[in-house]
Amino acid sequence: MIEITDKAFTCKDVTKKFSCGHKAVDSVSFHIKKGECLGLVGESGSGKSTLARCLLQLEKMDQGEMYLANQPLHGMNKRMLRKLRRNIQAVLQNPTASLNPRIKIIDQLMEPLDVQKDVTPSFLKEVHHSREHIAQYLMEMVGVPSKYLMMYPHELSGGQKQRVNIARAISIEPSLIILDEPTASLDVSIQAMILNLLKDLQESLGLSYLFISHDLAAVNFMSHRIMIMQHGRIVDECNQRDLFSNKRHSYTKELISVFES
Amino acid sequence: MIVVRPNNVTKNIKRPQFKLFGMIVLLGLIIILTLVAPLIAPYDPTEVQLTERLKPMSSENLLGTDHMGRDILSRILVGAQTTVGTSILVIVLALSIGLPVGLISGYIGGALDRFFMRIVDALLAFPDFIIAIVLSGLLGPGMFNLVLALVVVKWVSYARLVRSTVISENQKEYIAVAKINGLSSIKILSKHMIPHVVGNLVVYASLDLGKVILVIASLSYIGLGAQPPTPEWGAMLNEGRNFFHNAPQLMYIPGIAIMLVVLILNLLGDLLRDRLDVKNK
Repeated sequence: MIEITDKAFTCKDVTKKFSCGHKAVDSVSFHIKKGECLGLVGESGSGKSTLARCLLQLEKMDQGEMYLANQPLHGMNKRMLRKLRRNIQAVLQNPTASLNPRIKIIDQLMEPLDVQKDVTPSFLKEVHHSREHIAQYLMEMVGVPSKYLMMYPHELSGGQKQRVNIARAISIEPSLIILDEPTASLDVSIQAMILNLLKDLQESLGLSYLFISHDLAAVNFMSHRIMIMQHGRIVDECNQRDLFSNKRHSYTKELISVFES
Repeated sequence: MIVVRPNNVTKNIKRPQFKLFGMIVLLGLIIILTLVAPLIAPYDPTEVQLTERLKPMSSENLLGTDHMGRDILSRILVGAQTTVGTSILVIVLALSIGLPVGLISGYIGGALDRFFMRIVDALLAFPDFIIAIVLSGLLGPGMFNLVLALVVVKWVSYARLVRSTVISENQKEYIAVAKINGLSSIKILSKHMIPHVVGNLVVYASLDLGKVILVIASLSYIGLGAQPPTPEWGAMLNEGRNFFHNAPQLMYIPGIAIMLVVLILNLLGDLLRDRLDVKNK
């Protein structure tokens, strides 16, 4: 097991209201340590994805604070935010919609590094020759043949697309990767391979994950700690090994029982 | 027994591309003819020779002469500059207004979007043709006013087309990813949106060009477009009307010219639509 020390990401009292007044996310606080995977479980409509969108700065939160390491993200102006936000990358639910069908794989894979030219991730230092070499190396890391680099997304399978999305997310060595149901639209056999890939990458690169899913087995497999979300609130939080203990919140037990049946 | 003939199969797959190639060659030919028309026209298209009027087709005047003794072939060739050239100008101007308006309106949304879309709705509430007639009627007949009137009518559909593409693409996750990666709005529009928009626009514009040619010819036919003696296909139809019984070539030749060009453009538009879908590549 990796040693877990510094906080990679902290958020305090994050609240997001919709225009109708309904609180989709209600004072959620948590932190993620470096190299840790924090699982977030909840049924559909519990506010998981809205929370993810707030963390990714795709939606403005109404209240709360966010820190990347010790750097505050709330109350940033647009230009500063644009520089900082790449530190939180995402792998989203739909691998097909995450890739622009009209742009070649290489240009999408290299998008983060093309924008942030001054950044060279530590694991790319040895291959810092050319754009093509970096792209090939990234494809190798996620196990997709590099011949696909010059192709369009529709020529790849769903699993391969998700691997490309993962390669894109890790390419810039972010402090945090938000995995928003990354396996929900894949076949069961592919799901396991993607989860293994994510876990291997985390261990070799020391990445921090927020793993969002409604699949308890996947969360249990991936996470060091697990949070349970219901109606926009975090109702329970525990270490991975304590998930099935008797001291859990009633809603957690309910989820487990539904899952086991 | 079923015999698979690989030759036949590949032939069938390749055919649409040959058709497309053929159409592009035809359109290119028309454009080149239009550009060099004054150089290759055998006579001056506006030279009146009353002794030579209403001549049938002959080796001297390949397509005959009209009621003022002007060479019809020369008038058709030079008239293409007015009809086809003006139509292309209308499309280019409409595109250069509609594309930015649609991009901004769709991407930024909010009050700006509502403002633009109310204008669009207002203009779409009337048939194109009526607005064009009213505007060119109010502004007075003439090619410049006709172009103005048509651009006012036409930019709207381009803005709408672009806006709807932008709105539907904006909800896709790759746009969220691009934002996360710190791309500026301009970069997102130029890198991610334009490729989606261009395909649709090219198809729409090539179909629309045919329509604009028809509208220009129609408005010139009723006297709101090109003014005599400028050669223009619609105006030629109008002038030939009185002589239809004795010299039908005065009407059917410009008619065939309009029909051929519009037909080629419509076929090209259809083939382009099939071709520009990335998945068919």
